[in-house]
Amino acid sequence: MDLFGRLTIESLPFYSAIAASGAAVTVLGALAVVGAITYFGAWRMVLTEWVSSVDHKKIGIMYIMLALVMLVRGFVDAAMMRSQQAIAYNSEGYLPPGHFDQIFSSHGTIMIFFMAMPFLAGLANLIVPQQIGSRDVAFPFMNSISLWLTTAGAGLMLLSLVVGKFSTAGWTAYPPYSGVQFTPGVGVDYWLWMVFIAGFGSTMTGINFLVTIIKCRAPGMTMFRLPLFTWTIFVTSLLMIFAFPALTVACATLILDRNFDFHFFTNAMGGNMMNYINLFWLWGHPEVYILILPAFGVFSEVVAVFSQKRLFGYVSLVCATVAIGLLSFTVWLHHFFTMGSSARVNSFFGTMTTIISVPTGVKVFDWLLTMYRGRIIFKPPMLFTIGFLVTFVIGGLSGVLLALPPIDYMMHNTTFLVAHFHNMIIPGVLFGYLAGYMFWFPKAFGFKLNERWGTYAFWCWIIGFYVAFMPLYVLGLLGMPRRMEHYEIAAWQPHLIVAWVGAFIILLGMACLAVQLIVSIRERNEALDLTGDPWNGRSLEWATSSPAAPYNFAVLPQVEGRDAWWDMKARGVAYQRPDKYEDIIMPKNTYVGAVIGGAGFVFGFAMIWWMWWLAALALLVIFVAVVIRASDDDSDYVMPASEVKKIEDARFAELAKAPRNEMADDPGYAGDPVPEAT
Amino acid sequence: MVRNRISEREIETQGVDVRRTLAYRSLALPFVLVALLCGGCSVIDGPVLDPKGPIALAERNLLFKAIAIMMIVIIPVFLMAAFFTRHFRGTNRKARYTPNFDFYWPAEIVVWSIPAAIVIWLGVHLWANTYKLDPYTEIDPSVKPLQVQAIAQDWKWLFVYPEHDIAVVNELAMPVGTPVSITITSDTVMNSLVIPALGGQIYAMAGMQTRLNLLADETGTFWGRNVQYSGTGFANQQFQTHAQSKEDFDAWLEKAKQSGKALDAATYESLAKPSEKVPVTYYSGVEPNLFDSIIAKYAHNDAMLTPSKKKPEPAE
Repeated sequence: MDLFGRLTIESLPFYSAIAASGAAVTVLGALAVVGAITYFGAWRMVLTEWVSSVDHKKIGIMYIMLALVMLVRGFVDAAMMRSQQAIAYNSEGYLPPGHFDQIFSSHGTIMIFFMAMPFLAGLANLIVPQQIGSRDVAFPFMNSISLWLTTAGAGLMLLSLVVGKFSTAGWTAYPPYSGVQFTPGVGVDYWLWMVFIAGFGSTMTGINFLVTIIKCRAPGMTMFRLPLFTWTIFVTSLLMIFAFPALTVACATLILDRNFDFHFFTNAMGGNMMNYINLFWLWGHPEVYILILPAFGVFSEVVAVFSQKRLFGYVSLVCATVAIGLLSFTVWLHHFFTMGSSARVNSFFGTMTTIISVPTGVKVFDWLLTMYRGRIIFKPPMLFTIGFLVTFVIGGLSGVLLALPPIDYMMHNTTFLVAHFHNMIIPGVLFGYLAGYMFWFPKAFGFKLNERWGTYAFWCWIIGFYVAFMPLYVLGLLGMPRRMEHYEIAAWQPHLIVAWVGAFIILLGMACLAVQLIVSIRERNEALDLTGDPWNGRSLEWATSSPAAPYNFAVLPQVEGRDAWWDMKARGVAYQRPDKYEDIIMPKNTYVGAVIGGAGFVFGFAMIWWMWWLAALALLVIFVAVVIRASDDDSDYVMPASEVKKIEDARFAELAKAPRNEMADDPGYAGDPVPEAT
Repeated sequence: MVRNRISEREIETQGVDVRRTLAYRSLALPFVLVALLCGGCSVIDGPVLDPKGPIALAERNLLFKAIAIMMIVIIPVFLMAAFFTRHFRGTNRKARYTPNFDFYWPAEIVVWSIPAAIVIWLGVHLWANTYKLDPYTEIDPSVKPLQVQAIAQDWKWLFVYPEHDIAVVNELAMPVGTPVSITITSDTVMNSLVIPALGGQIYAMAGMQTRLNLLADETGTFWGRNVQYSGTGFANQQFQTHAQSKEDFDAWLEKAKQSGKALDAATYESLAKPSEKVPVTYYSGVEPNLFDSIIAKYAHNDAMLTPSKKKPEPAE
């Protein structure tokens, strides 16, 4: 059966009821999507307007849809682990070790690679070009490839639930355990290939946004007038470009170890597992900042808009962002202080780690000072921001504690560590992305998300977070290691039951998010955003219509200062009609990106299952697709001025009907933008 | 619907509406941490907060000190978040509003310098304590420490006492007040050895030797284990540490010596195979240089390159 490599009928998950039901839900979910598209007769629309799209706004929306789907999947894993640990005192619980280990591995992999990364790429795509007054990203076609390669990785992740078993080596896949000697199945290969393929997408996203921010800014938009969110994406892009190659190399060498009998990281034959661990964290620590800096950017935007006040300490915040970016490459060893490195080495990396807390602390104080003497309006994005500020400093505290090597010797590999990084990633990263999702949703779809359900979601998430993760800090002090499938220490169980309750409250938070989306779509006509500026915004993305025209700006804006849009409103030059419109050159939609992503998915699948002929075929498809695209000199089209005028006329007709300012009715509204007194 | 909500709000803005201000609700949450800490009395006598040796004690004291110093930043953040969200809420028209206030030199200096000062303080303590509590450093150079060799296997620990020619699976014993110097290696995947009541952990890696110096200053039985995930038997990979009086320790050594089982090369081979929940087993008479030969098996020396034997797949 060479045709199917090592894929056999036994690879289907009929060996366990839980695995089979997971697979069934995945398959049914996929069928439901296909069925729904067919039922609504939407195939043509989906293919021509979305799959083939090179429009950064649509790509952004697709990224965020992917992120939300994967958030659900990752949360199910988390809930399963919490349930197992809540009952597994002196008992086997309901999950055998082999299955529990797959779940903690897939939870981390999904949340980092296929929830957080697409979410951040989605927000960046949706907003950055509009914030800098650009019509598009620098490389729209490469953007489409990035999306579809990321989706290919996520597809492999979902497929691993149906065909074969997933890795048990955790989201970090430390060798030699992840080597073929100790885990010979397809699980680690699934992990490696999905990360490898999605990693290419992320590297290209980094390149794309770096060039976009450097080259595509509107006239007058100097670097020190960039909105903070764009600044954070700028630094994040740099981190992606420099960090992801380390991950790609780590994956590639481990793939060689596993499949071609190399010995980079094996126990014997001259391998050394610490080389992998160094490479992994050389990517892994910057990755943490890749995730959190954009969230910091969202908080910076949200806190200024809803405090109705200029962002405090703009230059400090920019410097802090850049400093965090640079320092993030100097701390990776703190993930393995316990490898037996000398006191000198550990002191250096420990000190560098504590130094990162300085710019981070500065940011927290600058956000607080932005609220100082503001007029705060408690919309859901602002609630997430305030919840973040209060909660994040606790995570910062535990992070600095872990940065002290003697404390790390005690707390490393315990649930204290788990609590710490969830304390950074849930209030820091996820709250930021959810705030961004609720803040910019009207920009993407033209109507606001329901505030009542958004508020409920916030309270469930934050209370659920505390109830779920504070017990893990306590358990760390009780010495409980992470990744325990069962345990024999009675004192741990009460805390694990409390944590389980917390997971349940977070489940309510997830439900509130789902209800919010459904209610908002059903009642969209009551919350339409007609002006394109639903929050009395400050930066240029609010100058476009909601949703923005394909070209974003019919006339490129002239930027005169920070808070460019606020400044235009204050000077009375917002919503002005130009004398005449010009032709606009736009990129044509193309299926090549989706074909490359699809072939990437097939290639990964074939390599995992050793179907060499299929892998070669998929590579050939990618090669041919690239050649075809490279020899296509007709990849743009011209949108004539008349059509631009038609779209813009409709926009101004809508503006004429719209209320002057959608925030003016809010009881906390502080007044219209006025020119700064000099 | 929108209209109704606005009118409700207008009514509520008569006077200070504490219930609706975010500050009090948010502030309550961090105290859940404290409440849980106090409520779970078990924490107080948990291994980290109730150490049984000077290393663990010093690590705990550093933990307390660092938490205390960082309160200089944490408490102002909580207070500012509480006060600002309450006082500067949009409906409080009495609060001062300065929409263009975005820079103030003294504030910038304070927000950079206070965290920096704390980090300098932390840095000084970090260097001093990292050297002092380096697991490789002998605890008392004037006393000859008890030598123990720890070997991580799937999924158990083998402890060899080379000075006494005994070995024991899944049990460690030591005399109280005598420093113990544990050299560590792995005959399988990476492991991490920790006895939380006595002090921090160090990885066990095949082909390499690491070291952990510990001292118990109270008698008692403390659990220790591998905390680096290592496969399906990971959760069961634990052992008890007996810190004993000199007499009890000698008796323990005697008991091990009486076991009658020798740990020769063949016995070691079968012991090293993956197994779980292995009962405490004593061996008297240990293959010479066992520990070094396990490291040498994986040594990074071209002359020693031999194809590694495939291990049986762990049962799933």
